[in-house]
Amino acid sequence: MSSPPPSSDPRPGAAAADPLSAAEIEERLDELLDAVLSTRRTATGLARDIAVLARSEQEFVLHWTGVVARTNPEMAYQFSAAAPRALARLDPAAAEAWVIQAMDTYDREGLYRGSAVLKDVAEFAELAGAAASTATFEESAQVLQLFLCGLSGRRMRLDTAAHAYTDTETIYLPPRLALLPGKAENFLIYKATAALAWAQVRYGTFNVDLLPALNACSDPKRALTLFNFLETVRLEARIALALPGLARGMRQLRAAQGATDPRLARLTDPAATAEDSLAVLKEYHAEFTPPRYCYMGELHWDEAMAVRSARIARERVLLRSALARALEGEDPQRARAESAARFSLAEAGSDAAAGIELRLDGEPLALPENVGQLLESIVQDLGEIPDDYLVAAGDGGYRASVRGENDPADVWKGVYHEEGAFLYNEWDCRRRHYRKNWCVLRELDVHPGSPHFVDATLAKYAPQVAQLKRTFEMLRGEDRLLKGQPDGNDIDLDAVIAAYADVRSGMELSERLLTRRHRAERDLAVMFMVDMSGSTKGWVNDAEREALVMLAEALEVLGDRYAIYGFSGITRKRCEIFRVKRFDEPYDELVRSRIAGITPQDYTRMGAAIRHLTAVLNHVEARTKLLITLSDGKPDDYSDHYRGEYGIEDTRQALIEAHRSGVKPFCITIDREARDYLPHLYGPVNWTLVDEVARLPLKVADIYRRLTA
Amino acid sequence: MSSKVSPLHARVLRPESHLIENEPYYEPIGEEIQLLEAAYASQVPVLLKGPTGCGKTRFMEYVAWRLKRPLVTVSCHDDLTAADLVGRYLITGTETVWVDGPLARAVRAGAICYLDEVVEARKDTTVVIHPLADDRRMLPMEKRGEVLQAPKEFALVISYNPGYQSVLKDLKQSTRQRFVAIEFSYPGPAIEQKIIVTETGLDAPAAEKLVQLARMTRNLKGNGLDEGASTRLLVHAGKLIGRGIAPSVACHGTIAEALTDDPEMLRAVDELASALF
Repeated sequence: MSSPPPSSDPRPGAAAADPLSAAEIEERLDELLDAVLSTRRTATGLARDIAVLARSEQEFVLHWTGVVARTNPEMAYQFSAAAPRALARLDPAAAEAWVIQAMDTYDREGLYRGSAVLKDVAEFAELAGAAASTATFEESAQVLQLFLCGLSGRRMRLDTAAHAYTDTETIYLPPRLALLPGKAENFLIYKATAALAWAQVRYGTFNVDLLPALNACSDPKRALTLFNFLETVRLEARIALALPGLARGMRQLRAAQGATDPRLARLTDPAATAEDSLAVLKEYHAEFTPPRYCYMGELHWDEAMAVRSARIARERVLLRSALARALEGEDPQRARAESAARFSLAEAGSDAAAGIELRLDGEPLALPENVGQLLESIVQDLGEIPDDYLVAAGDGGYRASVRGENDPADVWKGVYHEEGAFLYNEWDCRRRHYRKNWCVLRELDVHPGSPHFVDATLAKYAPQVAQLKRTFEMLRGEDRLLKGQPDGNDIDLDAVIAAYADVRSGMELSERLLTRRHRAERDLAVMFMVDMSGSTKGWVNDAEREALVMLAEALEVLGDRYAIYGFSGITRKRCEIFRVKRFDEPYDELVRSRIAGITPQDYTRMGAAIRHLTAVLNHVEARTKLLITLSDGKPDDYSDHYRGEYGIEDTRQALIEAHRSGVKPFCITIDREARDYLPHLYGPVNWTLVDEVARLPLKVADIYRRLTA
Repeated sequence: MSSKVSPLHARVLRPESHLIENEPYYEPIGEEIQLLEAAYASQVPVLLKGPTGCGKTRFMEYVAWRLKRPLVTVSCHDDLTAADLVGRYLITGTETVWVDGPLARAVRAGAICYLDEVVEARKDTTVVIHPLADDRRMLPMEKRGEVLQAPKEFALVISYNPGYQSVLKDLKQSTRQRFVAIEFSYPGPAIEQKIIVTETGLDAPAAEKLVQLARMTRNLKGNGLDEGASTRLLVHAGKLIGRGIAPSVACHGTIAEALTDDPEMLRAVDELASALF
């Protein structure tokens, strides 16, 4: 197939052309949807519906059918079936957004949800019509996250779900809100919803035994809704005390529903608890129909209870092992002997977390910040710190079990899951959109290799290393004494004498009479990103490792900060970054043996690697940040179409992102065909080709010198 | 007739001979006043640690007033050298003239010399601080071949913010172990509220809200903010509110914009402020 036309304007000028006939369309669809068509399910019906569209619309449908088919043919079939209806309701831009949303949903939640979006054109059209006033989770999440972080209490995460609720650690919010005519109002609903969920956790909604009370009612489901409403009334009163501005906003949002029922007055007392709501529930459940406010979420009681009890168990262990650590710090000898009953609690001054101060043998104990948060979280769940929490868990056996959770190396031992990994978007050039959190990337350590490799390399290139060091020494910024300066620390006697003579001969006195020390500082951080794909096997890998040894020797002379990471991986779910040298590690035996231990792995999915290493590099303070890639060929990956245009465009997009964040990318390659694609990726000058692999070790340091001189 | 701006005359003060006339407002948080006075009496130098805007400079003014000594403040920056502190030769006509730096003047006058954010200064400044900061109490003036012996009234106080400096600019052990350290942090809510009320004349409930907002921004430290709102920012906000500026506008200008440039963080701080007021 020829290269796809730009999606926003399918084949310019085609609009005027005659529409394709049903037969022509059917032929194209047969080709595109081959995998999901059969004798019972043909493209005839689809073609008939598409044939009545204008030519430009037909091209739109066929183009996107092709794009979607490359991801999933069944989705493509659903798309071409739904497209004629969609185009009748949506303009081309909105129709494109519709496809993209369906594909995002497919990426995230699978075929069933994805095709649901395709089928529900009506809902999408409604939302698209309100787009200007819609607040989306994506836009609001960052601000809301910071907002919640600013409030006191347990740190809450944010995520999306169809309806708003909280499981006591994460607040779920709907992906978009368009209930009110303005964007600001819809954002206010988001904010109020999030704050209400926060208040549920903060002010103890989940700390009552609800289920028996519900089962005592004639209609437990209705009773749960009522309880949710009663809690909303109670929590709004609490919010009004803590956040009066927000409470005012909430009152405006529910102004249409009229005033609160007078029977609920006892709930607005600041001392009211969830038990009071329960009492009101028992009293009125038969006769009271709760109104619904737009910012009210749902109560997912079982889910919240599961998360809560898991947390209570976990935090008990965490606190006891934190106490054990504190005890060890205090007096290592006695720590194990008798640890019981030495901790106590006291009402603390205003500064301590949750107003609690932990004491050891009656003396206040300074706690790390995370322990303070832990205490606060426990108090939120239980209302106090129970006595049995205050026993140090002696042998530290708990610690290992708690800490092991996020070790990336363990992830693949069991079933697949994404704990402990980084997620990165990937650019899909055909959709012209990112695939969200598409790549799963992990950082691993390189298994150290034989230290002899480094010695052998240094011996092999001994004369060149010596020369390299000399060249780099010249590059190093030295303290220099600048003479004849207008301002400085000391008098330049030569200049003064000359000036004195000048003045005597009737000339003007020079202003440049001082000396100043000047240090030309190289404020530079450089990241080397080394191709560890399978194709480097053999002498390319040797040359890469030798090049790194030479480079490290030279950089040690120069004093620039540098890090070396390898990259490889197979498929989007297994992108791997190998740490060879972090920025804060010295160039020592371990790093040397890691360089020796660089071995060819799998494929080169470059986009994710660039995104990750750019993020690492951006954590370093430096005026100039360089990302230098050592590579032997085009980006490539097993299956899923990364090879070719898709991979190149994703890599290019990642490099553009890097550039935008202030990182300067550069590429050193040994691929003789690099001219065909590297200018497109790195620009005309930011790459260089070393066409003789044997010269790579000598050239790399030299290229670096030219690059930073 | 063209209107003329009548010239205003700023007072010219020489810090080493100027005594603070009016009692500066200072609200003690702990024992810091007693500690500093004891250190002063024992001729031991003092190191003030704490985040920006928590009252270190105001504390120094207050103590200088109490001790009735002049206060010479030097704000250190990364180009500040030993010569800037001690003094240098200048050329006037055809002669060289020695001019004392602020530290030398403070030593001569028996003043309190306060080096603010001392880690920002160049490394060679420690060379002149060290002999002053131990029991020798001497200021070497290398260029003149002289040594100044500090009188007993002289005191050296330095400050440093352990919060945000980079690893490159840490205070060396050999320096920090010469000083009595007094740690400052933001005052507790009741004191902070009292400070705002006293400094700005705002009513107590409004001041309390400002204090709450400060707590919230301090919760955000490490989550996108380098520092939470300092007491100084709260006082600024309070002053604007006292002049009739709407609280959300005042907080945006004095707190949100002062803390960050990041648009989402700005918005988050604004949302917190609007939830409170």
